[in-house]
Amino acid sequence: MSMITMKNVYYQYPLEKEQVLKNINLSIEKGKVYGLVGHNDAGKTTLCNVIRGFIPSFYRGKLTGEIELDGKTIQEYSMGDLATRIGYSFQNPFTQISGVKETVFEEIAYGLENLGTAPEVIGEKVRELIAMFKLDALQEKNPFELSGGQKQRVALAAIIALDPEVIVIDEPTSQLDPQGTEEIFKIIDLMKKKGKTIILVEHKIDLIAAYVDEVIVMSQGEIKMIGKTSEVFTNKEVLTYGGQLPQVALLSLALQNAGITMPTIPITLVEAQQAIEKILSREV
Amino acid sequence: MTFLQLKDVSFTYPNGFQAVQHINMQFDLGESVAIIGQNGAGKTTTVKLMNALLKPTSGEVLINGENTSKFTTAQVSKKVGYVFQNPDDQIFHSDIYSEIAFGPKNQKLSASEVKEKALHAAELCGLTKWLEEHPYNLPYAMRKFITIAAVIAMDTDIIILDEPTAGQDRHATKLLVDLINHLTAQGKTVITITHDMEFVANHFNRVIVMAEKQVLRDANAREVFWDHELLGKSHLKQPYISQLAYSLNLNEPIITLDEMVSAIKRRINS
Ligand SMILES: Nc1ncnc2c1ncn2[C@@H]1O[C@H](COP(=O)(O)OP(=O)(O)OP(=O)(O)O)[C@@H](O)[C@H]1O
Ligand SMILES: Nc1ncnc2c1ncn2[C@@H]1O[C@H](COP(=O)(O)OP(=O)(O)O)[C@@H](O)[C@H]1O
Ligand SMILES: [Mg+2]
Ligand SMILES: [Mg+2]
Repeated sequence: MSMITMKNVYYQYPLEKEQVLKNINLSIEKGKVYGLVGHNDAGKTTLCNVIRGFIPSFYRGKLTGEIELDGKTIQEYSMGDLATRIGYSFQNPFTQISGVKETVFEEIAYGLENLGTAPEVIGEKVRELIAMFKLDALQEKNPFELSGGQKQRVALAAIIALDPEVIVIDEPTSQLDPQGTEEIFKIIDLMKKKGKTIILVEHKIDLIAAYVDEVIVMSQGEIKMIGKTSEVFTNKEVLTYGGQLPQVALLSLALQNAGITMPTIPITLVEAQQAIEKILSREV
Repeated sequence: MTFLQLKDVSFTYPNGFQAVQHINMQFDLGESVAIIGQNGAGKTTTVKLMNALLKPTSGEVLINGENTSKFTTAQVSKKVGYVFQNPDDQIFHSDIYSEIAFGPKNQKLSASEVKEKALHAAELCGLTKWLEEHPYNLPYAMRKFITIAAVIAMDTDIIILDEPTAGQDRHATKLLVDLINHLTAQGKTVITITHDMEFVANHFNRVIVMAEKQVLRDANAREVFWDHELLGKSHLKQPYISQLAYSLNLNEPIITLDEMVSAIKRRINS
């Protein structure tokens, strides 16, 4: 079932000469994880802003085309309804912190308070998130007195706390160390198992390849490719759009140039390991 | 010769939290060094101590052998330029050119020198066609390049980049590599904080690893990326290619794609 549908969507920021979204046609299925990838300024964040309704209500500009959320056009929802149904984490984690709360604990509770959740429920929920995001040691700290990566974890925890059906996350791991990054991908996987629909903007292609169901490749305001992760990342066309392929796929292309052909292009470490073991044992 | 040195530096934030403890580091002119390590390890705090945005609670920061405690932050910032982790902490002009020209203007250079330095920095950072735009019309990753250009325009001996790779695409990452090479070829020292292991493995020799307020290792990239205990302690991972080499039991400390291709070729031919 389609959770979000876009038909012939175009968008132009106010005072700008060119459209930054062109002919966007897309169906986001309920319960799936989508990786939204592409070069800098491809229009990924802009597309997220359209889905969340910040465009056109906050950014203005010229938006045309049809956008539906769960069977109803997006105009039929109030901003408040959209906020509860779609959790959105901004690209820059530094702008996500509310600025009105003095501890990490309160920061995560803030959105729930705004929704009028009962205090006992809030406490329980926040403790659950603190455990999930490994924020125990930071819960009494002032959100402004955190390192960049710590702020980013708190920002994402605050969104997940609201338990939205759709989660749009714009580069949630950009400031995270490699282990922290993998933990976030595991949390995303957990959200998927809970039935959430997730749109994830990411440059960490190797992890995208291992975790998402479908990949959307954007370039210069257009969707250039869309399909199953295994189909998109085994296609070198991604590179021509300024996108990136997983390291192991790049390895198989480099091997091919050296006259060594893998039976199939791997996109995960396990696939690569199996393929190379076969080559080395001369099974192929 | 050592140009910048941190000698047994510790720092406690005003709220009483000690963020770094007994840090020792030294840098020569013309070096390119990566600092990596877990979130909250103290990387940003350490580099802010280098350009006197923060002053050590104990220990010394020396530039050319002189203790920087004698100087003002403005004086130190003529030698050490720092590009903030969050570009929005640094940007305050309404067009990109003014943002980049601000540093050299402040250094009381002639109008023509200001222009030359600003335009050169903008070009290195791929911003030439955006000079009249409002900085906030550019996406986050590109705003980072505005702040890099602003620091390059100041022509300092040391340039510190705090997570320039965050959210960058392939093209921008290549631009960063070229930029770092260009600056070090001019004899400048570039210190880069990053969480991108592929970037470090492919482009850095010297790597400093931090965890829990301290420096755990100062060594070459290959040594760092094949020390599993060290990586575990500092919440790091091997580059993907090294992980693959490890799971294949190749018994070679591979850190780049080219090395992997050669290793496989050798095994097939033998
Ligand atoms: N202004 C502040 N006041 C108090 N404590 C702070 C402040 N800024 C940072 N800290 C704390 O100091 C420690 C080191 O922070 P720092 O920003 O140096 O880390 P980092 O290594 O740069 O991390 P990241 O990779 O997440 O950017 C962290 O535990 C952080 O919570
Ligand atoms: N507030 C804005 N006003 C005008 N142009 C903007 C604004 N925000 C983004 N843009 C432009 O829209 C294009 C797409 O940006 P964005 O969606 O942020 O890309 P991405 O997230 O893929 O890096 C870019 O060319 C950018 O300069
Ligand atoms: Mg973006
Ligand atoms: Mg930092």
